[in-house]
Amino acid sequence: MIAYIVKRLGLALLVALAVSALAFFLIRLSGDVATAIAGEGARQEDLDIIRQTYGLDRPLVVQYLSWLWQTLRGDFGTSIYFKTDVSSLVLAKLPVTLLLGLTSLLFALVISIPLGVLAAVYSNSWIDRLALGVAVVGQALPNFFFALCLVMLFSITLRWLPVSGSSTWLHFVMPTIALGYYVAPAFMRLIRAGMIEVLSADYIRTARAKGLPARTVIFKHALRNAVVPVVALTAVQLGFLLGGSVVIETIFALDGLGYLAYQSITYKDFPVMQVIVLLLSVIYVLLTLASDIANAWLDPRIRVA
Amino acid sequence: MTDTILDVRGLSVDIATAGGVLHAVRDISLKVERGKTLCVVGESGCGKSMTSLAIMDLLPKGARRSAAALSFAGEDLSRAPGKRFNALRGNRMAMIFQEPMTALNPAYTIGDQLAEPYRLHRGASAAQARDRAVYLLDKVGIASPAERLGQYPHQLSGGLRQRVMIAMALMCEPELLIADEPTTALDVTIQAQILRLLADLQKEFGVAIMLITHDLGVVARIADRVAVMYAGQVVEEGPAAALFSDPRHPYTRGLLDCIPVPGRTARGGRLGAIPGVVPSLVGEVHGCSFRDRCPHARPVCAEDPPAREVDGHRWRCILEKAA
Amino acid sequence: MSLALSSPAAQPSRTARLLRRLRGQHAFLVGAGLLVLIALLAVFAPLLAPHDPYLQNLAQRTIPPVWYAKGSWVHPLGTDQLGRDYLSRLLYGARISLLIGVSVVIIAGLIGTTMGLLAGYFGGRMDMAMTFIVTTRLSLPVILVALAVVAMVGGSLWIVILVLGLLKWDRFAVVMRSATQQVRSQDYVAAARAAGASTAHIVLREVLPNIAPQLIVVATLEAASAILLEAALSFLGLGVQPPLPSWGLMISEAKAYMFFSFWLIAIPGSALALLIFAINLTGDGLRDVISPDGRG
Repeated sequence: MIAYIVKRLGLALLVALAVSALAFFLIRLSGDVATAIAGEGARQEDLDIIRQTYGLDRPLVVQYLSWLWQTLRGDFGTSIYFKTDVSSLVLAKLPVTLLLGLTSLLFALVISIPLGVLAAVYSNSWIDRLALGVAVVGQALPNFFFALCLVMLFSITLRWLPVSGSSTWLHFVMPTIALGYYVAPAFMRLIRAGMIEVLSADYIRTARAKGLPARTVIFKHALRNAVVPVVALTAVQLGFLLGGSVVIETIFALDGLGYLAYQSITYKDFPVMQVIVLLLSVIYVLLTLASDIANAWLDPRIRVA
Repeated sequence: MTDTILDVRGLSVDIATAGGVLHAVRDISLKVERGKTLCVVGESGCGKSMTSLAIMDLLPKGARRSAAALSFAGEDLSRAPGKRFNALRGNRMAMIFQEPMTALNPAYTIGDQLAEPYRLHRGASAAQARDRAVYLLDKVGIASPAERLGQYPHQLSGGLRQRVMIAMALMCEPELLIADEPTTALDVTIQAQILRLLADLQKEFGVAIMLITHDLGVVARIADRVAVMYAGQVVEEGPAAALFSDPRHPYTRGLLDCIPVPGRTARGGRLGAIPGVVPSLVGEVHGCSFRDRCPHARPVCAEDPPAREVDGHRWRCILEKAA
Repeated sequence: MSLALSSPAAQPSRTARLLRRLRGQHAFLVGAGLLVLIALLAVFAPLLAPHDPYLQNLAQRTIPPVWYAKGSWVHPLGTDQLGRDYLSRLLYGARISLLIGVSVVIIAGLIGTTMGLLAGYFGGRMDMAMTFIVTTRLSLPVILVALAVVAMVGGSLWIVILVLGLLKWDRFAVVMRSATQQVRSQDYVAAARAAGASTAHIVLREVLPNIAPQLIVVATLEAASAILLEAALSFLGLGVQPPLPSWGLMISEAKAYMFFSFWLIAIPGSALALLIFAINLTGDGLRDVISPDGRG
């Protein structure tokens, strides 16, 4: 188990390093940063001055290494548009996005676990078909379109919820539904398939042979085994959620990392862009690392070897 | 208190398949006496597992049971709701299965799984269940039982897992233990140990055993009564001694010819084999289902054979005596 | 009859068997039918569109579709905020979505299958390298990277296709790798090798055709995902640029009018959902046919 964690940790570190290089070079090589700062049609002298002040005249690799070194020390540079420290900017927005990610994940699990379990227990019944319908619609609906439909229903027609902002918990309701429903189908399908497989396992028959009531058989003996792959999926889906938060936070002007990412992209604020891409990637790397370890721990065949 | 713990009459199991209704078990009757052993033998696919699952109300989805009577300790369960079976299963009637490797839940410790039925049916505390588990693990011959409780199934060998399964079945002192080919998946040496264990436990706890097997050698050693199943029917049933010494149904004789008997089978002599295949049980089935493979078959075998009985030895054949 | 069936010449080919199984799949039939219909509408958009999709008419702005009281058959789906015929824009928009789906899948498929083939066939270091690259790629948030790159390079249809194609090869690589590993260990590949076939020959002639069905399934799923991503990018104003009638862009442009004219959003949104639905249904049907046991 320890050896496994160490190995997995090493891989995570390497991936994080590769991701940092990609975050840096992808954005740098996509366009001229000096022009991005000065604006189109800036004079050559101005561009030269900008290149000197930001150190953009140095070789790209040197720039990357110095950026990496500073980033590792927690110095994320200065935002070009907001003119403030990037680290304090990002740290101020991060909680909103993490909160949205958690509530969305919770929402997704709250609808997909019961529906997935019921669909498996009563497979080919009306509830199975209902669950399939919910999943199929969720997979086909573009999340920004679904978000606008929610706005139309809850804000414009019913006037229950505020359209945009992030000051109260009410502001989180629609973003949570929009983002949660976006990732729910994958969970539902995985849980249904897993439960169907597990329910036909020999140990389920053993559990029934003990006289255990159906709910104990389903929730203690079956779900516990069907849920193991769900943990791995959770990490992947949280990554999706963080990516999707760019779209959803922008629609609802929810003041989190996703909205900041959108703003920095439209203003070509490359120091902020780089840090957010790096941050979201590293969060994803950490999540998969955590899920791999959780998976190993959940499966006694790996944990107690 | 009757002497019969299990009395099954007119039991049938139908399975819906893509090709039509499969009559897996057809109108069979069985009895198990308290503290005695009934062995149900037959080739794979003859319906013996379905019979045991039907008695326990554990049939898989798509399989349907019907019975004229399914009495357990004098109580007819043929129309009892699932809840009633839940109260009996793991408590007064218990079952062990063929595949010890997969019959235990990989996610929970042995101790957890052993304690479950005891706590459920007896309302025992965790400590009481633990003590009972340790006692029974010791009884089934597992060394240092207290330490085993914290282990997971994957840490045990197949033989140990089957012992755990037996201990689990005995947690609530059941009156009936159904064992569905409990040794098939195990090594030959382990098989013998498990069977001896079952026989010893029966003596000690007085539990009635219904043992499903395809191994006549096993039957000869522990059975009080034997039921021979073929194509979903019990073709012959009787006291073990009578059935072995005086088999009445041609199929039983065919089976007996297939096993070498020390002293009776000549060295280097050929073992018998029954030619032909089991008929399909999908759709309507008429007549003696063994007639296609029977050396004594006659045109009259296309009709349902008569049920015969002599001194509690029953068989279904046109033949009255062994030919 | 039994003679004809048992002679090898009369045995239905693999493809024929697949097709026959597909015909029993109602979901697949509905999905594929819808998909073909949308593709036909897109291909024949110039013939079917009642108006020029780019022709603005400020006197006829935001006319509602025909089923509203104020609608008329002149503009069956109404007009947008610049007075352009919405049905025509919708039909031309289908071309963009399908073009995105197909082109991205071709680019990503080429990259991914090549990587997966190499990793699966050669194993060892090649495999480790690919696993590392895929892990790294999966760590990058696709939409964020695409947005950033498009913002720096400048948005256009082809840039979007290229960026998405270069980002979305991961699933092809993963599926291709495991499928190649499986095929590689099978007898006929060993036989081909024993017969002296070259590696390239084995890969192209023996391995690839056997993996084709799984690849088609991945391709459908990735096409759907690419279409959704393009729509999201365009919706955020960093994908396909006006006046092209991308469905995502149409929703974005209509956002300001959603309070009074929600149909401006509902129509392209529903079209997008319908297209994705059709693709997913087709892909799921194919998957069920290829591995009938692996449902769900």
